[in-house]
Amino acid sequence: MLDFIARRLVAIVPVLTVVAVLIFLMLRLTPGDPAAVIAGDNATSDQIADIRQKLGLNEPIWTQFGIWIADMLQGKFGESFFFKKTVAELIAQRIEPTLALATCTLIFAVSLSVPLGVLAAYRQGTLFDRFVMGFCVMGFSVPGFVIAYCLIYFFAIELGWLPVQGYVRIGVDFWKFLERMVLPSLTLSVGFIALISRITRASVLEVLNEDYIRTARAKGLSNRVVLMKHALRNAAVPILTVIGIGIAVLMGGAVVTESVFGLPGLGRLTVEAVLSRDFPTIQTVILMFSVVYVLINLLIDISYTIFDPRIRY
Amino acid sequence: MTMTRRTLAALAAGTILAASGPALAQGKVLKFVQNGNLTILDPIQTTAYVTRNHGYFIYDTLFSSDENNAVKPQMVDKYEVSADKLTWTFTLRDGLEWHDGKPVTSEDCIASLQRWGKRDAMGTKLMDFVKEFKAVNDKTFQMIMKEPYGLVLATLGKPSSNVPFMMPKDIAATDPFKQIDKYIGSGPFIYITAESKPGEKHVYNKNPKYKPRAEPASGLAGGKVVKVDRVEIIEMPDVQQQVNAMIAGEIDVIEQLPHDLIPVLKRDRNVALVDWNPLGHVFVIRFNHLQKPFDNPKVRMAALYSMRQEDYLKATIGDAAYYKVCGAAFICGTPNASEDTKGLLIKPDFEKSKALLKEAGYDGTPVVLMQSTTLPVLTNMAPVTKSLLEQGGFKVDMQAMDWQTLVNRRTRKDSPQAGGWNVFHTFSVSADALNPISNAYFVANGEKSSWFGWPNDPQMEKLRDDYAKESDPAKGKALAEAIQARALETAQFGWLGQWYGPGATRTNVTGWLKAPVPVMWNIEKK
Repeated sequence: MLDFIARRLVAIVPVLTVVAVLIFLMLRLTPGDPAAVIAGDNATSDQIADIRQKLGLNEPIWTQFGIWIADMLQGKFGESFFFKKTVAELIAQRIEPTLALATCTLIFAVSLSVPLGVLAAYRQGTLFDRFVMGFCVMGFSVPGFVIAYCLIYFFAIELGWLPVQGYVRIGVDFWKFLERMVLPSLTLSVGFIALISRITRASVLEVLNEDYIRTARAKGLSNRVVLMKHALRNAAVPILTVIGIGIAVLMGGAVVTESVFGLPGLGRLTVEAVLSRDFPTIQTVILMFSVVYVLINLLIDISYTIFDPRIRY
Repeated sequence: MTMTRRTLAALAAGTILAASGPALAQGKVLKFVQNGNLTILDPIQTTAYVTRNHGYFIYDTLFSSDENNAVKPQMVDKYEVSADKLTWTFTLRDGLEWHDGKPVTSEDCIASLQRWGKRDAMGTKLMDFVKEFKAVNDKTFQMIMKEPYGLVLATLGKPSSNVPFMMPKDIAATDPFKQIDKYIGSGPFIYITAESKPGEKHVYNKNPKYKPRAEPASGLAGGKVVKVDRVEIIEMPDVQQQVNAMIAGEIDVIEQLPHDLIPVLKRDRNVALVDWNPLGHVFVIRFNHLQKPFDNPKVRMAALYSMRQEDYLKATIGDAAYYKVCGAAFICGTPNASEDTKGLLIKPDFEKSKALLKEAGYDGTPVVLMQSTTLPVLTNMAPVTKSLLEQGGFKVDMQAMDWQTLVNRRTRKDSPQAGGWNVFHTFSVSADALNPISNAYFVANGEKSSWFGWPNDPQMEKLRDDYAKESDPAKGKALAEAIQARALETAQFGWLGQWYGPGATRTNVTGWLKAPVPVMWNIEKK
């Protein structure tokens, strides 16, 4: 197992190298000039050229790449072109809302979708099953921002139960933090619930037709024990896989959700950085997302061994 | 077990609901949403309006424009100009202090003017005429001119970007092409760096030591009396959410509303719309004078003959209450305004356009029209241009892109086939367009210092110089009219109508001043 983990960790290096090269090249090849953004609308070409020079953007592209990689290897993530802050400081400031949103969404989505999927499989063909599957289709089909605006309209504007937007840090006021997490988490959960419920239903259905389930029932075990202990555990591997993939989807969804709900997280930082062509920030945030994604996949792979003892690395 | 779960769920839900309701006990905190994110905090490095607004919070100016656009002393107590108009002497008011407690001195002001004079269009023009600055004592300094200059006060009191904000000497010594990293001013608010989080909020506390002028506030001039304890700029990129948050009472002021959302707020009794910027904004079309076919004045003129301001205004603003067809390049209702365009830009003549194109030998190569799709107010401009130009005999290749791509591409002087461009739209606040010096679109210095499109017209530059030197308002107006006529004669660029974007406040917030900039002094929250 330790060998496997070590090999996977080493494999991160080429993955990140490829990601780094791709991000760097894509940003440099995409139209857009941070100097022009900094200078503002009334600046002349000469003034923009002066700023470009000061930012080091006139250096050959491979020189810029070399400087960036050398800095990264020394743990220097650079300074944002716009904010007078290092990218590390910016990320530290913005990571809490994103982590909070991801955690709340994950807890909410998993705790709802797995039982829904199991029950839908158990009651296959009933009205409940059709309702769950109908919800899944809706969850996949309706864009997150539409769900967000509907939730805001009912719960924040019409009923006035929850705030429209904003973020309060968990250490400042826990209840205000929580009330500001409800609508964004619900919004982000919908697609996630749809995805996990559907996969759970399919996996459990497949397992429910196995001989050992029939045997378990013949032994007189209750439905709850059959479903939770025998069916769900054996169906867990694809469910875990889809949760892992879902976390990546969740990162993408956070970009929209954070923008709509005014959450000052990494998703919004990415959007702002892309729109203003803040190269150091975009590069670092995307690399960070890549690391997180690779690590989550590693954790998922390791967790397979817990649910399925036949799997060995 | 079931009961316990239900009880827990009910308790959790009850607690969440009890904690909701009005978001925060706001007291004298004013929550303000600007028309964009505030990322750069140096109002000399960038012309971005959100940064200019930030500047007005924490910095003060030597002079300011009142609501009638008359320039009045602000930090300056008194000033005089010598009989030969070569020496201007400024004396600062008593009691001016930086936020760190140090007194404002002449040296600080001189350093600030010098830094600003390297970046701002009007500032650089003024500096062309300045021989030297002299600090007479801590409170008095002189500006010695090479020759008389008619726009000294208009330049020092210019209301919009880049505003000549005063900064401490050590900060003003920063390279004008690099961002400052300390935010100390002498203005009515103090920037609280420790509590400000870019992308989330910016915090400004009332400056308790600020000494406002005795005169009542008017426009950007007069006494800057702060009536709240704190202002928070809330970063909220989604305009629909700004409106939702306003309805829910979570924010107090929105700088500017998108026109399609105005009816939503009009229906809310707790929200008032405020037309705080009576001068509004002006749409512009720029031609690339370096590339075919718009290097030919006849082709540019053909384009102007195809244009009709009202078509643009209807397509972008829609509600006639928020736009105005105006032939004046220097903004209707202001001293330099002249509506005489001989029908150009107001009433199209497509036959004349086609005739001019034939005369110019236009070969039918499509002109590359850049369309910005990320600034809502500009999105519909390019399709209107495409339609009008095609009616006038042009072939048009409209290319959609985000605003930052356009901002980058417009700097390129290559041919459109090699990544350059032929024509694009932009807009500016009218306050930046009131005279031929502040209005960057009139600069015709070619590639040297003209704005994008790089027109080159020595006659225009001569007229602009004459205007700059003229101190008689009547003669100045005559020159402004000549400059406008010259711009039309050479089809240098087109001005495509004025529009207004009201802001919104909760009805318990009063005192918003009429000015080209949303300023937070004089505003009261009951």
